[in-house]
This record gives sequence, C-alpha cells and structure tokens, in this order.
Amino acid sequence: MQLQRVAVTGIGAICGLGNNLNDVWANAIAGKSGITTIERQDTSAWPVTFGGEVKNFKLSEELMPLKEQDRFDLFNQYALHAGDEAIRQAGLTKDTYEASRIGVVLGTGLGGFPHIEMHHKTFLEKGARRVSPFFIPSVIPNMAPGLMAIHFGFRGVNYTTASACASSAHAIGTAAMEIMLGRQDAVVTGGTEAVITPYTIAGFASMKALSKRNEEPGRASRPFDVGRDGFIMGEGAGIIVLENYEKAKARGARIIAEVVGWGATNDAYHITSPHPEGEGTVPCMLQALEQAGVAKELVGYINAHGTSTPVGDVAETNAIKRVFGDHAKKLAVSSTKSMTGHLLGAAGGLESIFCIKALETGILPPTINLENQDPACDLDYVANKSRKVDIQYALNNSFGFGGTNSSTLFKKV
Amino acid sequence: MEVQDKVIKLVSEATKMDAANISINTTFVDDLNLDSLDMVELMMKMEDEFGVEIPEDETENLKSIGDVVNYLKTKSH
Repeated sequence: MQLQRVAVTGIGAICGLGNNLNDVWANAIAGKSGITTIERQDTSAWPVTFGGEVKNFKLSEELMPLKEQDRFDLFNQYALHAGDEAIRQAGLTKDTYEASRIGVVLGTGLGGFPHIEMHHKTFLEKGARRVSPFFIPSVIPNMAPGLMAIHFGFRGVNYTTASACASSAHAIGTAAMEIMLGRQDAVVTGGTEAVITPYTIAGFASMKALSKRNEEPGRASRPFDVGRDGFIMGEGAGIIVLENYEKAKARGARIIAEVVGWGATNDAYHITSPHPEGEGTVPCMLQALEQAGVAKELVGYINAHGTSTPVGDVAETNAIKRVFGDHAKKLAVSSTKSMTGHLLGAAGGLESIFCIKALETGILPPTINLENQDPACDLDYVANKSRKVDIQYALNNSFGFGGTNSSTLFKKV
Repeated sequence: MEVQDKVIKLVSEATKMDAANISINTTFVDDLNLDSLDMVELMMKMEDEFGVEIPEDETENLKSIGDVVNYLKTKSH
C-alpha cells in the first residue's frame, strides 16, 4: 500500500504568550515568559498561585453565540478559537473536499474540569433537579471536536485522544495516519486544555509535581536548570490543519511543513515517573525516525517534553543521548515550556507548532531561565536566546502520566 | 414586577435577546429557536424564580410566554 504524504497547511495558537499565532511565536522567539500570577480567580487558598494563564480572551460570537458561551467550558472555546485561526490560514472549508473526508481529531488531558467543579457544587447545594442539561455536553472531552464539526460542517472522523500530557501529540499522530492511509483528505488536529482551577492545582500540588516558586512566576519554569522544582500549569490550544500533500498542492494551498514520522510507546514502568534510562522514550523517538526513513544526523532540532521537573528533564536527556549518539551534542534541544508553562493535553499541539515554525523560519525558540545548567543535562538547550539555524527535520517529544510517549517528526518544505 | 415581566426578563437573559422583542405571544421553538435542552434549563430558572415545581409532562404544554405566564398564575392561587 502506497502511503500518502501529509502536509501542514494551517496553524492556530493561544496560550499565555498570546491569543494568536503571530503573538505566540513573536514572544517565544523573543524569549518572553507567559507565566504570571493567576488573575482570573481568587487564589488566596491555593498552594500554587501562578501559571501560564491566557489573558483577555473573548470568543468571537461568530464561532459561538453569546447565549451559549456560558454553557461550554473553556477548553471547547480555546479549541474553536485556535481551530478557526488554523482553518482560515489553510483556506479549508467543508467544500474543499468531500465533507465526510474532512475530520477533527483533538487531544485533551482532562476535558471540562472547571465545569465539573461548578456543576458538582450546584448538585451538592441544590440537588439533582438543578443540575444543568448542559453539564454533560460542556465537559465531555470530545465536545471540542464536536463543536468544530458542527460549526465548520466537517463530517469526517471526529474524536478526542486522552493520554494526559501527550494527548495532543497522539491526536496529531493518529490524524496523520488517517491521511497517510488515504482515509481522510484533511484533518484538523492538535489539542486544547483549560484546567487552571483550585481542584486540579491542588491535585497536581499533592503529587509534588508543581513548582512552588510563587514569588517569581516568570522565573519558575526552568527546564534543565539546577534550580528547577516542578512544572507550571499552562492553558490554551495548539491546532494545525493536516492535508493530503498532493491534494493540498493541487488546490494551491500553501504547504508550511510535512509530517513524516510518528512513534508511540509506553515506559511500562511507573504511573507518573519516567523510566530513568528511557526504555520507553528511546524506541518512541526511533520509531518516528524509522517510519520516515530519516538518518538521525538530519534532525536539527528537538522540542523537548522538558517539563522542568527534577527527574523528567534528566531522563529525557539520557534518552536523547541513547537515540542520537554523537549527534546528540550537535543538535539543538529546547523546552518552550520555560515560556508557556505546561499545557498538559494541549502541549503536544502547541509544541508541534514551535517545531513547524522553526522549520519554516529557521529560528529555534529558546529554553529561558537556563542560568545554571544541571551537569546531568549536558545537551545544547538553546539557552535563553533564540537562534537562527536552517534545519531540515524537527522532532516533538510529548510524554504523559501512565507512562505514555509520543514523538512526531516534521520536515521542512 | 408582574409575572409576565419577570418571565420575559428571565427569557431575555437566558437567550441574550432584547426583552423588547419578546411578548406574550412569543413561542419558544418557532420564535426563539430553543431546543429541548434549552427548555429544560429555562424551566429550571422559572422554578427557581417563582418557587414552584413544574412537572416534566407539564412543560410539553408550555409553548409560548403566554402559556408559562398562565401556568404560573394558576399555580400561585
């Protein structure tokens, strides 16, 4: 069976760095931090009071009528907002291809947690007869792709992947497979997450997963630095449009990059800690390279999972060294979570976008706050300043609780 | 406030439609384009506002603002 090539034709992004792709990318390559003290909610009783919070967000009424905006939890709204940006850039409509061959596959780690908390409070205080009929539609993880299908008229494959912090990376991988196998002509994919709530923060804080640097939010996310003390919760969405390469070319779409390989594995080791030697992540990266048939020396940039946790950053560094050997010291690795925080189920989407933009522009986004590099993390992490380097291939790593791993390889066009 | 005004105010808030465009003759499905979930939510708001319980089989007969106003008036006597 001849596999079809997969083109990226549209990009949309929203996170603490900005509410559209241009702002997000400009701030990323300027090395700015999108992490601040949380402003939207009263955090006085929270153990952690900062995050990569989206600012001044207002969903267009064109995408969702005003009367519905209170009903649908924020992760749905971020997906529509960033999805619309990506779809417009691609110039994709329901008439571009047969509508049943245009799909939406999105990742989300937790879905509608804020509304689960809100409706549960009503249930406890007022009883079952006051539970809103919009509670379930608001919180189920697949409502984000569902709302996109309804709004844009895309009748193809439509579902959500859930693999914690690798969710949107798995979404992109499976979406690319749909096109490679010739099952779909276009798939809108990536991920969305919005769970900055007291309950989720408390849960992650109890796991000792979060940074406690409440006094210095902008300096808290410091992957590969000796001072790192946990990840920082982010939120937002990173969405791309994938298309059958030849068909996209035939219709005159601008092709931004190509998806050429995907690896997906599990550590089979621990519920939350990564395997220290990368027994799961090494074969994951290798699978992506093997599917593409690309020599590892051609990979110029890795957007690392790099969450700024003490064990995770070392484990990933070790795995990269095992996969790339001598080349590990020559390629560039950066963790953009230093600027965005950890978007959980949307991280793979946003960070794939950073890979795609790096290929397109020849600019690598930095790892900021890298002041005292951990001796156990001994690669080139593009410290603090973006760098101009023309690269041919970029790899995105996304790993999640449950031991799940995903690596996606993108190619410059 | 009269029952009718209160009902129109509630419907206006729920649908984000100008109260001036809602009258006693306005129907939920044809005029306001409400679906079955919208109706459940609206009836919850009516129950809260007027302190009554509207049984599910009763809501099927409430097709307009006027129907709701008449129903609430009978319940309050």
